[in-house]
Amino acid sequence: MRGNLRKLALPLAALCVLVVASTAGGASRATTLVFAGAADPTYLDPALVSDGESFRVTEQIFESLVKLKPGTTLIQPALAKSWVSKNAKDWTFSLRHNVKFHDGTPFNAAAVCYNYNRQYNFKGPFQDASATYYWQTVFGGFKHNESADLSPSLYIGCTAHGKYSVTIHLRTPSGPFLPAQVISSFGIQSPTALKKYGADSGELRNGTFYPTGSYAFSHPTGTGPFKFVSWTVGEKTVLAANPNYWGPKPKIKTLIIRPIANNSARLQALQTGEAQGIDLVAPEHVGIIQSNSKLKVLNRPSFNVAYVTIHQGTGSPMNDIKVRQAVAYGLDRASVVRSFYSGRGQVAQEFEPPQLFGWTNKVTKYTYNPTKAKQLLNSSSCHVPCKVDFWYPTGVSRPYMPDPKRNFEAFSASLEEAGFSVTAHSAPWRPDYVKHVNDGTAGDLNLIGWTGDFGDPDNFLGTFFQTYSPQFGFKNAAIFNILSKAEKQKSLKKRIALYKQANIMIMKYLPAVPYAHSRPALGFEKTVKGYVPSPVGTDPFEGVSIGGQ
Amino acid sequence: MLRYIVRRLLLLIPILIGVSLLIFFWIRALPGSPAEALLGERATPALVQAYRQKYGLNKPIVQQYFTYLKTTAVDRDLGVSVASHRQVWSEIRLKFPATIELAVAAMIFAVVLGIPLGFFAAKHHGRLFDQLTLVGSLLGISIPIFFLAIILKYLFAVRWHLLPSVGRIDVTANVKHPTNFYVLDAIITGDWSTLWDVLKHLVLPAIALGSIPLAVITRITRAAVLDVQNEDYVRTARAKGLPPLTVDRRHILRNALLPVSTIIGLQTGLLLSGAVLTETVFAFPGMGSWLRDAIFNRDYPVLQGGILFLALVFVFVNLIVDISYAIINPRIRYS
Repeated sequence: MRGNLRKLALPLAALCVLVVASTAGGASRATTLVFAGAADPTYLDPALVSDGESFRVTEQIFESLVKLKPGTTLIQPALAKSWVSKNAKDWTFSLRHNVKFHDGTPFNAAAVCYNYNRQYNFKGPFQDASATYYWQTVFGGFKHNESADLSPSLYIGCTAHGKYSVTIHLRTPSGPFLPAQVISSFGIQSPTALKKYGADSGELRNGTFYPTGSYAFSHPTGTGPFKFVSWTVGEKTVLAANPNYWGPKPKIKTLIIRPIANNSARLQALQTGEAQGIDLVAPEHVGIIQSNSKLKVLNRPSFNVAYVTIHQGTGSPMNDIKVRQAVAYGLDRASVVRSFYSGRGQVAQEFEPPQLFGWTNKVTKYTYNPTKAKQLLNSSSCHVPCKVDFWYPTGVSRPYMPDPKRNFEAFSASLEEAGFSVTAHSAPWRPDYVKHVNDGTAGDLNLIGWTGDFGDPDNFLGTFFQTYSPQFGFKNAAIFNILSKAEKQKSLKKRIALYKQANIMIMKYLPAVPYAHSRPALGFEKTVKGYVPSPVGTDPFEGVSIGGQ
Repeated sequence: MLRYIVRRLLLLIPILIGVSLLIFFWIRALPGSPAEALLGERATPALVQAYRQKYGLNKPIVQQYFTYLKTTAVDRDLGVSVASHRQVWSEIRLKFPATIELAVAAMIFAVVLGIPLGFFAAKHHGRLFDQLTLVGSLLGISIPIFFLAIILKYLFAVRWHLLPSVGRIDVTANVKHPTNFYVLDAIITGDWSTLWDVLKHLVLPAIALGSIPLAVITRITRAAVLDVQNEDYVRTARAKGLPPLTVDRRHILRNALLPVSTIIGLQTGLLLSGAVLTETVFAFPGMGSWLRDAIFNRDYPVLQGGILFLALVFVFVNLIVDISYAIINPRIRYS
């Protein structure tokens, strides 16, 4: 028996030595960057996706006519050098010369029109919201709508003027049209590759859109700084630097984007060197990264808002403006942001983040003041103690609301102090809570928030307050009109003024109380330089370098 | 034997119908639908209603079940994932090999360590080694897998940088996976550095996942050996003057392995479906983490297709175990 043990011991010892001798196989190579997100892309045809993980990849392969200045929501030229519109209906873009798609197809006005017309002419399954979410968000419907739910298309045509000038025609004037074109879904794709690889074939299976051509899986072809190499589902998407890129050439040769769903696993991949950068760092992990001498934290500019809905309706105490003001004075927002956002939040004064145009410092500010709240209540229709039902979600952490339960507890205590009698209600985030909030059945007050899709105030204020919604039960024709006018206004200057006016009025009439904008965090090895997080989450990699490159 | 196998295979039909019924109604008994789960803050009442109509969720439930049964059994279509928009069958083809590799690695770890440990513990019955093995196996059963996984990962990956912490392979390696069984692919292509890399990625998850089967196999082996070594035929073998190693191997271990093989079969089936936590902690792209996400997303096609497929595998593994009885012990014959 002892002999047998000896026989076993040798291979076991050899195995141990081999394990010890080999490192974890970290991917630190000066020309390859491994970046970890939370999931795989859905597809790589940007027209057909709407999620951040897909955009993280498509943003590197494709370019739109315009793009965001890195780290901001300011529009700057991309494939269009300049643009002009006299009426906000017809937008003429002057295009960049000598740009080629990755397959060698020349980029020109015909290619731009082909791309816009492609989406405009989508039929059948492509008109499903799961296929063309952003086209429908920005342009409404299609050339031939196949569902009564679709509105007439805002886009009505495209005219090429020679090779390098193109006009996009809209049905009605639209201010948000230009800012919305930065969305990766409007990235210009190679017409040759779209046709060759069956990009326009797809079907609805069990109600879910599914592309049947190979374009969206293995042949995405744009003009961007990186070219598609391969996609192994569940493992990685590999992109290579485009040597013929018209702009500054990428500093890294290979970009690997890998999906790691679990927050802790993503952090550990950074710690072990299996990823040089990670997104979506959990607030509790920020300190761990900061305490590691080889790692650093980058801040994504805030582009979200957490707020307390004030629901108005038949017999609700919230119909009285004085009660709503008392709520605003009774919510200790500064304490909540200080205590539960790990230093990564700021008190929201209004419903849009400060980075966006239209934000103004002239709104009514409601600093925590329980005495004033009580005075307001006693002069209102709901005397102290004013009974309110307050809902919060369980089983969830949102970027704008990392710890809803503790936010609720703190708010509840401060409201009690301010003369309210709070009855707590909770529901699991999925699916009950959001449904109740949207249906307007989540009490008098509830916690919720929003993360913006693109850099236009319409995506915040317009989403909430341009029309009546059961969530708020708020009716104010003046605010509805201002927001509709702002949406159609061609002059940016006038739009800014209108959104400022809307913000002031919203904070005066208080359909809800905004309380926090949070700054999401990213983690990197310190050797990674030049990464600029975008407020909308689609970060460019062309300026990124590793070490002393 | 053949008749037995055919009969067992025919039994699959009612089993699968039963499983399909259970899954179908269980999923729909959960509150909510894919609409609310996927739309989040954007789930307006109108959109939710539109989604319900689109997915056919507003039809009578019995009608929904028969539609599902027809597409699955007749059209042989498991549908498309609501969340990823990929075909459920192609997702299974990607994820199942990962889970198989992990389960096999965990089982190899448990068997290679568990049988000798149980055997030696029984041979040293009542002594320190036996006591330590008993305590160790108790700990193996008691420690939650995710806790062990986190500890292993922290020590061996994060702190000592000895083993990788996530995934199945070093993502910077440019390797093709024709079968999606990474170990097999590396062996077929003779790519030994990739094989080594894949094995390194399997070590920690396999140890974490294999801890419970290891404990169970150790204890069952120990009990079976204790039982068998006092049998008359063992005494006879010894009395005949057979060398101790031959007695241990041919008379004790072979007979003791019968209950152990049952446990191995059952545990393998459980490992295939029970790797949820391990796969999540190690970001191992297998069936477990895929089904967990599907529950959160109320991804009906994935849950229905994935669980049905696992049930099928579970039944087959058990059939193989039953057949292996006859090979291990020739006295057993099926009719």
